[in-house]
Amino acid sequence: MQVMTVRFDKLGVVIAAIIAYAAFAAPFATFRANRIVPGEARSILDSLPAAVGPLLLAILVIAAIIALLKTPLVLRLAASVIALAALAILIGVAGSFLTPEGNTFARISPASGFWLLIFAFTLLLADVLTRLNLSPWARLGGLVIAALAIGLLLASGSWNSLSILKEYANRADSFWAEGSKHVTLALGSLAAAVVVGLPLGILCHRVDKFRAGVLNVLNIIQTIPSIALFGLLIAPLGWVATHVPGAAALGIRGIGAAPAFLALFLYSLLPVVANTVVGLAGVPRAANDAARGMGMTDRQRLFGVEFPLAFPVILTGIRIVLVQNIGLATIAALIGGGGFGVFVFQGVGQTAMDLVLLGAVPTVAMAFAAAIILDAVIEMTATKRRVETA
Amino acid sequence: MIEIEGITKRYDATTVVDEVSMLIEPRTIAVIVGTSGSGKTTLLRMINRLVEPTSGVIKLDGADNRSLPGYELRRSIGYAIQGHGLFPHRTVAQNIATVPVLLGWDKARIKARVEELMTLYQLDLEAFGPRYPHELSGGQQQRVGVARALAAEPNVLLMDEPFGALDPIIRNKAQEDLLAIQKRFGTTIILVTHDMEEAVHMGDKIAVMDAGKLVQYAKPAEILAKPASAFVETLVGASEKPFRLLSLGRVRDAVETGTAEGEAILDDASQRDALAELLWSGRPALPAKGADGKPLGRVTVDGLVKRAARPA
Ligand SMILES: Nc1ncnc2c1ncn2[C@@H]1O[C@H](COP(=O)(O)OP(=O)(O)OP(=O)(O)O)[C@@H](O)[C@H]1O
Ligand SMILES: [Mg+2]
Repeated sequence: MQVMTVRFDKLGVVIAAIIAYAAFAAPFATFRANRIVPGEARSILDSLPAAVGPLLLAILVIAAIIALLKTPLVLRLAASVIALAALAILIGVAGSFLTPEGNTFARISPASGFWLLIFAFTLLLADVLTRLNLSPWARLGGLVIAALAIGLLLASGSWNSLSILKEYANRADSFWAEGSKHVTLALGSLAAAVVVGLPLGILCHRVDKFRAGVLNVLNIIQTIPSIALFGLLIAPLGWVATHVPGAAALGIRGIGAAPAFLALFLYSLLPVVANTVVGLAGVPRAANDAARGMGMTDRQRLFGVEFPLAFPVILTGIRIVLVQNIGLATIAALIGGGGFGVFVFQGVGQTAMDLVLLGAVPTVAMAFAAAIILDAVIEMTATKRRVETA
Repeated sequence: MIEIEGITKRYDATTVVDEVSMLIEPRTIAVIVGTSGSGKTTLLRMINRLVEPTSGVIKLDGADNRSLPGYELRRSIGYAIQGHGLFPHRTVAQNIATVPVLLGWDKARIKARVEELMTLYQLDLEAFGPRYPHELSGGQQQRVGVARALAAEPNVLLMDEPFGALDPIIRNKAQEDLLAIQKRFGTTIILVTHDMEEAVHMGDKIAVMDAGKLVQYAKPAEILAKPASAFVETLVGASEKPFRLLSLGRVRDAVETGTAEGEAILDDASQRDALAELLWSGRPALPAKGADGKPLGRVTVDGLVKRAARPA
């Protein structure tokens, strides 16, 4: 008689448990008569048309089993992608199914079960992708495909009956305006931090006396809570606005985008400067020595040897800053700086969860995409000198 | 010609190089030996001003080495750094081309020079040119380091333990290559080594350093025969000395009249090799022949042993 040995995947056990709980015990969607009343929970079977509910459950159960057991990576990849796609499509179906005919006040939103399922399968997908050890280009390709798929779902209108898109429909113009403010804040402050931070890092590296002082100051700034920093900047910037001619015309005020920009810039400086210092310090002494010994000038050594060798470390700093800034820029809304935070704080004020999500989801998605893109770039620059040019 | 005049280097209170004066004739090889930390590298690096001396003057062909900006001076002096010091982000070919690129040579000339050097050092152009240093063995890295130092055809070459990581066979080959290059281009070389064998073999003169001081600077034979101090004597290695002396002499200088049985040894071989052959084969004498095959006479164990004895 053949003995069947069943072997479990460690992470898979956790994932399967989350799936089981989310699919059978947690609500899939929330139904509300209007946008601010408390909602009523709906299970998967209640949220979807007769045949579709059991179909989704079947997909989830099979995917959970695949995750639970030690299965080939390709199978795990297929399971996570199919499950995520099914969830993405069917939450739209639930939206239209649960909305009573002709009712424009009712709000349907994804509930905790849906989010947990998304989380579980994203975890599975991330695990598979890590284990597949994909090349940077393949990862970027995956990102593009995911973005296209989401774009397609949005364009097809299949999510239009979901509450978050109804919130969007009411504010389409301001959504894009705040979005571009958000990106400008995050990227602009990063660019400023790189322009200032790189030379500062080089100076810290070359002049010992500077290093401790500069890094200490930046460290202290980093520990100031963001809201406190915004607050601290209101007074000096307000003073500048009233006393420096032309400052106000440039948009410098105690509140608004200026202090937000400045605060993000200050937060960004430490990772950029510190990573520049660490990167330059990590350049092998022998390489520096050889550069001088071969007759390079200080400039030639900096650009020809030190920078290229420190570059991956500096890029790591820039990655930290970019992801951090995309998240932190949300808080700029508190002092009138704009950005996706506007929706988050409006939503909190109105206890409209979907409005909060309208601000939060794009922010998270952007941070996620930024991390993937920069990780890929870092890996490409770091491996460029390792690849075998056959 | 390199004139080192009363050169001293102090780091705070410690004197690392102490009042060293020496003169290196053009187109010769000076080898610096000494224990670890005796200041060999520091002395070498004061010649191309990677280290600025505390006092003293160094002249290259009569001109003070401070008359040029440091980086220009260094482009004109080949430098094989201790432990290769290749650029990890540049390929072998790019590494070798460093100084020619800095000097602004045109592309074709750089390419030709890189090819020439790689061929000389038996690094296959196709296979090794595009590789990165970490993809080479230690010995290959060291050869690339030497090739890089030679790239711009410098008149003066500073080499800091360039053959340390090579196995005996490759090392021998690398030494012969360097001697050939030195003869062909008339390069003046200062070479640092820990290997007394190498010093005796390569050096026209040997400088012995101890705790920052130059304790003896003389021809190899003189260093071996008349060590200036007990320190030099130990460094030279009392037990090995007879063989080292023999390795300096050629068979043709030890030929006696007479004949002997067996395979003849070339008159250009070292006396040390002849003695080794004699002892190994257990014979009292070997025939000697010229490069043209003409018999010249014989070398004997007795004759060679006498030559190995300390000169009176
Ligand atoms: N930048 C420096 N600051 C202080 N001391 C130094 C410095 N460079 C070298 N020294 C000291 O000077 C002494 C001589 O060093 P050097 O590198 O010239 O020795 P070396 O003879 O080349 O030794 P090795 O054979 O081990 O390479 C050592 O004691 C070393 O610690
Ligand atoms: Mg040394």
